[in-house]
Amino acid sequence: MSNKIRVLVAKPGLDGHDRGAKVVVRGLRDLGMEVIYLGLRVTPEQIVEATIQEDVNVVGLSCLSGAHMSLFPKTMELLRAKGLKDVLVVAGGIIPEKDIPKLKEAGIAEVFGPGTPIDTIAKVITTKTGGGAK
Amino acid sequence: MAEKKAEQGSERKPEFKTTVGGIPIKRVYGPADCAAADAAKDLAAPGEYPFTRNIMPSGYRGRLWTMRQYAGFATVEETNERFKYLYKNGQTGFSVAFHLPTQEGYDSDHPLSAGEVGKCGVAIDSLQDMERLWEGIPLGDVSTSMTINATAPVVLAMYIAAAEKQGVERKKLNGTVQNDILKEYIARNTYIFGPAPSMRLVTDICSFCAQELPQWNSISISGYHMREAGATAAQEAAFTLANGIAYVQAMIDRGMEVDSFAPRFSFFFAAYTNVLEEAAKYRALRRIWARVMKERFGAKNPRSMMLRYHVQTDGFALTAQQPLNNIVRVTLQALAAVLGGCQSLHTNSFDEALSLPSEQAVQVALRTQQIIAEESGCADVVDPLGGSYYVESLTGEIEKRVHAYLDEIDRMGGSLKAIEKGYIQQEIANSAYEYQKAVDAGEQVIVGVNKYTTEEPHGAELLHVGEELEAKQMERLRKLRAARDGQRVTQVLTKVRSVAQSSENIMPVMIEAVEAYATLGEISDALRQAFGEYRERNVV
Repeated sequence: MSNKIRVLVAKPGLDGHDRGAKVVVRGLRDLGMEVIYLGLRVTPEQIVEATIQEDVNVVGLSCLSGAHMSLFPKTMELLRAKGLKDVLVVAGGIIPEKDIPKLKEAGIAEVFGPGTPIDTIAKVITTKTGGGAK
Repeated sequence: MAEKKAEQGSERKPEFKTTVGGIPIKRVYGPADCAAADAAKDLAAPGEYPFTRNIMPSGYRGRLWTMRQYAGFATVEETNERFKYLYKNGQTGFSVAFHLPTQEGYDSDHPLSAGEVGKCGVAIDSLQDMERLWEGIPLGDVSTSMTINATAPVVLAMYIAAAEKQGVERKKLNGTVQNDILKEYIARNTYIFGPAPSMRLVTDICSFCAQELPQWNSISISGYHMREAGATAAQEAAFTLANGIAYVQAMIDRGMEVDSFAPRFSFFFAAYTNVLEEAAKYRALRRIWARVMKERFGAKNPRSMMLRYHVQTDGFALTAQQPLNNIVRVTLQALAAVLGGCQSLHTNSFDEALSLPSEQAVQVALRTQQIIAEESGCADVVDPLGGSYYVESLTGEIEKRVHAYLDEIDRMGGSLKAIEKGYIQQEIANSAYEYQKAVDAGEQVIVGVNKYTTEEPHGAELLHVGEELEAKQMERLRKLRAARDGQRVTQVLTKVRSVAQSSENIMPVMIEAVEAYATLGEISDALRQAFGEYRERNVV
């Protein structure tokens, strides 16, 4: 197994705004990470399933429809229920500031708003996963 | 050397590479830069073919553009209130945003709707919701634009049925249904069925409207979402026209005569902050479409050749950082749209990178249009940029790039084929990624984001849509299902399936189904059984 950081990027819910998610996928790949893009309209259950199947260190969730407060914590809950406590979960999208503390409480490590450079996302991931060796 | 430099006029950076859309920029433009254009032909007077300068001889001196703000929040009652508020403030048309479950064919109580109810727009599950949405607003007196695509047949049927319940005949209805499925596969992603049955539904609506709703725009061919997904101005123009060509061809293939439906085709484009490139884009678009319709499709009626379009300012340009700056961006974008000659315009609210817009932000957005209309003087002259060396050069440059793409797409067998191959998606994804790299490298400046940054909290008052609404909408559905004639619903859903499997126009049975209070989710399920569902491949 290589020590590349493995990232799963997914868009839970019905939201179709995928520009940010796609750009992040490509940017992280260019920075040397292995990134699996699960795509649109996936359920929290499917995300957890893919997290196990793909054996990733990091899950990135994106949502711009306003449904994050039910979809993100639900995903966290299911990940925990499967015992996936070591997986780093980060999120992005249109997330009002006041929701961020609640998301962090639910276990989301970081929330990246619009305008975040890809470098910043990569640094957070690298630091928090300890470089990704697995 | 230094002397020579001063003589030439020193410049503040080593190189001015291209416009944001990738068109090379020179220091100054002159007559030679427009020499390729045959001015007499290309720049005929406003109102004359090929309509580069405007489709109407009088431009906004005749009538201002329609100020049409896209809105839809939570329940029908709240949206109904917001519509009345906008109307009181001088807005001259309505534009309905539907929540994602309505757009993707699910009722509010479907598991996939969890968390989405009322978030991106109004929740419409049945005709009952549509009736309440328009309570107190006479549908014969307004014009309504509905952003609905995969489920357009169901939602349009509900609108017609709601109007008829108000006593308004369908032939008096005025408005637009987006009904542009091709761009959903490319960018916006609210498709349900595969391309073939979807194209059939699109053309069912177009031919139904041509016969029954003479004042209705049966399709709004949209570049906006491709632009938001990362397309350049020229790509937005090219891919939208390629889709337009596909729809016209599909109608002709159904045996329709081009002038019988083309006058009701309308378009929808973005406006970005790069004012002159955007204004040039609209001018190029009008010219190319007019020629496509006349030369390629043999249209005779000038109305078939006129590109009529709605514009929305660029949502992607809105920054979460220093959000008040967005008011300035929206102003520049709206100005570009007006200088370009749009028929209707939506201005975004400055807080939309943070959340759905608040009432104050919505008002500023509308006022921005009113200030441009009443104070700027830009609406007092038709095509005020016409003849500018730079703008004419940009117009020609965009036209050239659009033609190159149209030729390429023709070689692939049309836009449907180009989409199936992932070609259009890939071109857009590449542009999006290039743009992000330029921003991250600081080559593309975004004020407040990668230059002139501050560390302040934004402090804007945001709109919040609560989760309690979901339960309310579910309860409403439960009551509806208990109260309606269940047998009639079952029968009509069977009929929907069988019409879907035939070649009969879907619209009459849609109206029958909504009148029986079959829900949007139930009708969509019947269509899913007939057509199957589409799964896209991910093009990154």
